[in-house]
Amino acid sequence: MSENHNKHEIYKREGKLYKFSDYTLKRVNEIIERYPEGKQKSALIPLLHIAQEEFGGSLNADIMDYVAGLLSIKPIEVYEVATFYSQFYLDNVGKYVIEICQTGPCLACGGDEMIDYLKTKLGIEAGETTADGIFTLKQVECLGACGYAPVMQVNTCFHENLTKERIDEIIDLYKNQAEKPQSNDEKWVEKFYLRK
Amino acid sequence: MGGKILLEKINIPGIETFDIYRKSGGYSAVEKALKTMTPAEVVEEVRKSGLRGRGGAGFPTGMKWGFIDRKSEKPHYLICNADESEPGTFKDRYLMEHLPHLLIEGMICSAFALEAKTAYIYIRGEFKYLIGILNKALSEAYANGFLGKNILGTSYCLDIYVHPGAGAYICGEETALIESLEGKRGNPRLKPPFPAFFGLYSCPTVVNNVETLAAVTSILNMGGDFYSKLGNGKSTGTKLISACGNINKPGVYEIEMGITVEDFIYSEKYCGGIKGGKNLKAVVPGGSSVPVLPAQLILKTASGQPRLMTYESLAEGGFETGTMLGSGGFIVYDEDQCMVRNTMSFARFYHHESCGQCSPCREGTGWQERLLYRIEHGLGRAKDIDLLADISKHIEGNTICPLGDAAAWPVSSAIRHFRNEFEFHIEHPEIVKNISHGNIDKYRK
Repeated sequence: MSENHNKHEIYKREGKLYKFSDYTLKRVNEIIERYPEGKQKSALIPLLHIAQEEFGGSLNADIMDYVAGLLSIKPIEVYEVATFYSQFYLDNVGKYVIEICQTGPCLACGGDEMIDYLKTKLGIEAGETTADGIFTLKQVECLGACGYAPVMQVNTCFHENLTKERIDEIIDLYKNQAEKPQSNDEKWVEKFYLRK
Repeated sequence: MGGKILLEKINIPGIETFDIYRKSGGYSAVEKALKTMTPAEVVEEVRKSGLRGRGGAGFPTGMKWGFIDRKSEKPHYLICNADESEPGTFKDRYLMEHLPHLLIEGMICSAFALEAKTAYIYIRGEFKYLIGILNKALSEAYANGFLGKNILGTSYCLDIYVHPGAGAYICGEETALIESLEGKRGNPRLKPPFPAFFGLYSCPTVVNNVETLAAVTSILNMGGDFYSKLGNGKSTGTKLISACGNINKPGVYEIEMGITVEDFIYSEKYCGGIKGGKNLKAVVPGGSSVPVLPAQLILKTASGQPRLMTYESLAEGGFETGTMLGSGGFIVYDEDQCMVRNTMSFARFYHHESCGQCSPCREGTGWQERLLYRIEHGLGRAKDIDLLADISKHIEGNTICPLGDAAAWPVSSAIRHFRNEFEFHIEHPEIVKNISHGNIDKYRK
C-alpha cells in the first residue's frame, strides 16, 4: 500500500478529454475479451498500465474516469486500485522513472552507496523529479533481481550490478536519448500485452 | 550428486524458441498427458511424485489439485503465480526468461489435469520485459497446435493469457492474487472457502508457482514414482535456489534436495564461498520471510548434524534453532554486515507491502520499522528490544494472510540470534550514528 496515497491529488482534474488512439483502442478491446463476459473489470490493471504509458507517464482523475468508462465500472473502483499499486503514479513524473532497490540483498551488496550516489548525481531526493523533467527517482522495494545486486530499473529496463561508473554511463545514455524509446510507439502495447 | 531436471536444457542455444525446444524433446509431456492419460491420472502422477509447492509454503501440489471441486458446473481456472517478489528470490524470472516453453508445457499438462479451459499467468508488473517473452512463446505454442482449440486433435481446448500486476508483494498470496486478477485491490480473502471451491470469479481455481508448474513437465516425463526417489525423504525432486548476497557466484542453481548447506555455500559448483574470503555471519535461506540463522546454526543443526538443503532439515529445531526452505531465496551475509540494518530494511519492506486490512499487520509493521530505524540510527532506548519482540509476537498468527507472520519472523529471529548487536546499537549511539553500516564487532572494546 502506498504510504503517501493521502498526499496525492487524485481528484485533480484538467477537464481534458483523454482518448486512446484508434489503434490502442482496438488492442484494448482485445485485452478486455480475454476475460469472461461480465468480468471485464479484470482488464483494469493492464488498461491502467497502457493509459499511464500513453498519457504521459502518470494517472489523474480524468484518465481514470475514462478507463472506468471503457470498462463500464464506477470511477471509485479505478481510484481504489490506482492508489493501491505502487507502479501507478498519481503525481507527474519525468521522462524516465528510475526505481532503485533499497531492500536487504541490495543493501548487503552496497545498494545504499548507489542510492546516495544517484541522489547526489541527479541533485534530487527520492520521489523528486529533476528540473529538466528528464528523471524521477524512486526508492523501491525488492525488484526480484537480487543475484545481480545492486539493481535499478529505468522504466521497464533493468540495470544490474551497479557501480558508480555504471550509473554514470546509464544516466548519460538516457540523457542523450532524445526520444523516449517506448512512448507513442504503438508496437509497445502489442509487445507487452498481446500475443499474436 | 544430482543431475539437472528443470534447467537440463538451459544451455542449448535458442531453447527459448518453440522449434529448438520441440526438437530437444519438448512438449512430449503434453502429448503423453493428452493422448494417453485421463485428468485424474495426471493428478495421481503428481501426487505420487511428492512435489511440494515451490512458492514458499511447500504444500503438496497433488493434494492441492485433489481438492478442486469437480462436481461444480462452473468453469475451472488455473493461475500461474509469477508475482515473484520475495526479497532474495529471482528463480521464476530466470526460468521464464530462459525456458518459457517449459512453463507453458507444464501449464498445459496441469490445466488438463484440472480440466481448466482458461489459464492466466499473473506476472509482477516490474517484469514487463518478460511479458513480451512469454507472449512470443505462447504465440508459437498456438501456431503449433499446443494451445487453442482441440489441442493435438483431442477434444481438449485451452487458452493461456498473461496478466500483469502493478507492484504489490501481497499479490503473491493466492487469494490476493485472485482479487487483483479480478481488477481489485490486492486484499487477501478469508479462508475457507479455499480457492479450490471459490477462487477466481467464485469458480474452482488452483494457483501454483512458476517452478511448481514447470516441474510437472518433468514429473510426467519421468513418472511420479521416479521423481519421488530424487531428493531426500519428503523433500522430493530438485529445487531452484536463487543465491545472492556476499558470495562469489550469485545466481540460480538447481539442486537435488539433500546436499548440505555447507556444500552449497562453499563448493565451486554453487555459491563458490564468501566474497573476499571473509567469514560467514548469517544466512536467510528461503527469502526474507524466513528466520535468519547465524553461521553455526545454518551449517549444523543444534544437535550437531550437518544441515541439509531440504524442507525438513532447514526446519529442524523449530524457530528456536531452525528456519525454513521457503521460496529458495538464499541470502548470505558476510561478517561485515550489520544485522540491525538488514532487519530494518526487511521491516520497512513489510510495512510498505502490508495491504492494510488487518490492524496487527497494518500498525505493527509500521511500529517495527520505526523502532528499528531508531535503533539503527543511534536513537534506541533500553526497552526497545523487548518492545520490538513483543510487537512481532503480536503480529504473528493474528492476520488473515501469512504476510503478518512473514513480517514478524525476520524481526523475532534477528533478536533471538543477534541480540548483542541490537544492544550494542543502543549502548553506543555515538558509534552507530557515525557508521552507516558495517561490522559492529570491530568497534567493540
